[in-house]
Amino acid sequence: MTRELSYAEAVREALRQAMEQDPGVVLLGEDIGTYGGAFGVTDGLLEQFGPERVRDTPISEAAITGCAIGAALTGLRPVLEVQFMDFITLCMEQLVLQAAKIRYMFGGKAQVPLVLRTPAGAGTGAAAQHSESLEAWFVHVPGLKVVAPSTPRDAKGLLLASIRDPNPVVFVEHKLLYRTRGPVPEEPYELPLGRAEVKREGTDVTVVATSGMVPRALAAADRLAEEGVSVEVVDPRTLRPLDTDTILASVRKTGRVVVVYEGVKTLGVGAEIAARIAESDALYHLQAPVVRLGGAECPIPYNRNLERAAVPQEEDVVQAVRQVLAA
Amino acid sequence: MKTASLPTERLRAMLATMLLIRAFEEKAEELYGLGRVHGTMHLSIGQEAVAVGVCEALRPDDYILSTHRGHGHCLAKGADVRRMMAEFLGKETGYCRGRGGSMHIADVEGGNLGANGIVGGGLPIATGVGLSIQVRGSGQVCVAFFGDGAANEGAFHESVNLASIWDLPVVFVCENNQYAMSMPVRQSMRVERVSDRACAYGIPGRTVDGMDVLAVFEAASEAVERARAGGGPTLLECVTYRYRGHSKSDRQRYRTREEVARWRAQDPIERLRRLLEEQGLVQPGEFDALAAAAREQVEEAVRFAEASPEPDPSTLLEDVYA
Repeated sequence: MTRELSYAEAVREALRQAMEQDPGVVLLGEDIGTYGGAFGVTDGLLEQFGPERVRDTPISEAAITGCAIGAALTGLRPVLEVQFMDFITLCMEQLVLQAAKIRYMFGGKAQVPLVLRTPAGAGTGAAAQHSESLEAWFVHVPGLKVVAPSTPRDAKGLLLASIRDPNPVVFVEHKLLYRTRGPVPEEPYELPLGRAEVKREGTDVTVVATSGMVPRALAAADRLAEEGVSVEVVDPRTLRPLDTDTILASVRKTGRVVVVYEGVKTLGVGAEIAARIAESDALYHLQAPVVRLGGAECPIPYNRNLERAAVPQEEDVVQAVRQVLAA
Repeated sequence: MKTASLPTERLRAMLATMLLIRAFEEKAEELYGLGRVHGTMHLSIGQEAVAVGVCEALRPDDYILSTHRGHGHCLAKGADVRRMMAEFLGKETGYCRGRGGSMHIADVEGGNLGANGIVGGGLPIATGVGLSIQVRGSGQVCVAFFGDGAANEGAFHESVNLASIWDLPVVFVCENNQYAMSMPVRQSMRVERVSDRACAYGIPGRTVDGMDVLAVFEAASEAVERARAGGGPTLLECVTYRYRGHSKSDRQRYRTREEVARWRAQDPIERLRRLLEEQGLVQPGEFDALAAAAREQVEEAVRFAEASPEPDPSTLLEDVYA
């Protein structure tokens, strides 16, 4: 049966069902127990599963990341919550030099089935050190999968698949999505990693949008439809491995493309997507240069108006689509 | 130095393992000097008593996390010297199929979850192994080896704290070999002993003579039993010395020949040999035979490794999943 859930509820349901099905799934993180997580995602899980499997940790990002790695190496399936994606900078050595490399470095003799969940993105007035979208850093690391769902349904199915994946997954949850609602099947289900989804079909222009940019792209598409412009919205959902085929198929169809992502524009996820288009035969289908809409080249500012200006908004997507149509 | 009422066979086995580690590393050094090794290595010659004394206190199904100076840990945990040598020479038959090399040798099946190229890198991982043991209720123990240099990493403090608050079955073994590359331990910390730091985490801390394999074994056994019984972690400092430089680039400007000679007079293999000979547990001439057997085992490993195939470049992307 399918019913409406918020994105946060969908993540929680995935955690609960994974823990019910597999006693090896344990949760680690700062304030995930009694407090329920900084964004309330793990609310109620301590009560249901107890402190043995829902572990409130000290503020020790390096240790708890390594803790998840060691547990994963020896038979558990830990899910680590890193309270804000900005704090992942404190996890880097363990995540990038250990988790990502162990399987390869050990000649395939070990696996690290861990999930690192983390809320990302601007829009909450949390300013420069609590608003980052750093997913591109991890897309650059062979050995990490990077998943960034944009809907409650995707969040649940992709999280269940990530937990069962034998390899480390960085699972990016945009903070502004937590309260968004949508249909979510009640039973456990997995959505395959590495598979994009066309969120809206269209014929005039392709908008490839990631994570929190997907709802903005869809809202822009609604507005443009009123002007008679048919926009196709593609959500990669997994950033590494990236489903290039689905993106290229859409570009071949529409001949115009806007790539929208919240991380800093330079060398962001959209840079890779644009490069893959340029490297492929889809290039010959382009009727206009690719437009990239990324985050501004500055830290996320505190002031509401400045913060809005630092990140692509619905209006920016509308303008960008008009730009590629006019070219 | 006491034999701690250990059976003779066990004492001889400890001597044999120390000899094997010494022979392996002397051969590694020789092969390196002959230009037959591509890459770097860190030798633990002089520190064999720590690896052997600690691993002797473990069960086969217990775990260790090793360091960049990890050949001794790996052999003491029971690894196959042939597959180790093959890894050192970058061969397909090595423990990591030639992908890891000296700094990343792991014998996962044997409970060695890997040497580590990052100082202190194994410490956070050890807490997770401890967590897993605790959740699974498997009764195993995890030993995390690290050096005096790692004791100044943030990861050390975070990890010991985490293990202590959760009573994890982890034994933190500091091999204090006096230098973090060139930095003397006296200049890198104000406490007298690394083990003094244990009180900051509310756990037992102990310092032992790391050149005395039986003292190490006795202290490690106590810590391992405590961890296995649910008593939580211990910080065990073994005071030892590396005879060779940090790595091959080391011109050893930070210490004197006299200092090295003073430590070599405490050689852990010689000390055990004297003890066993004095007590009549090793007969005259037997030691030389044991040493020769260790060297022959290593020679056989070299023959195996050199006859083994190189990894095929077409397999470059095997075990890449993303």
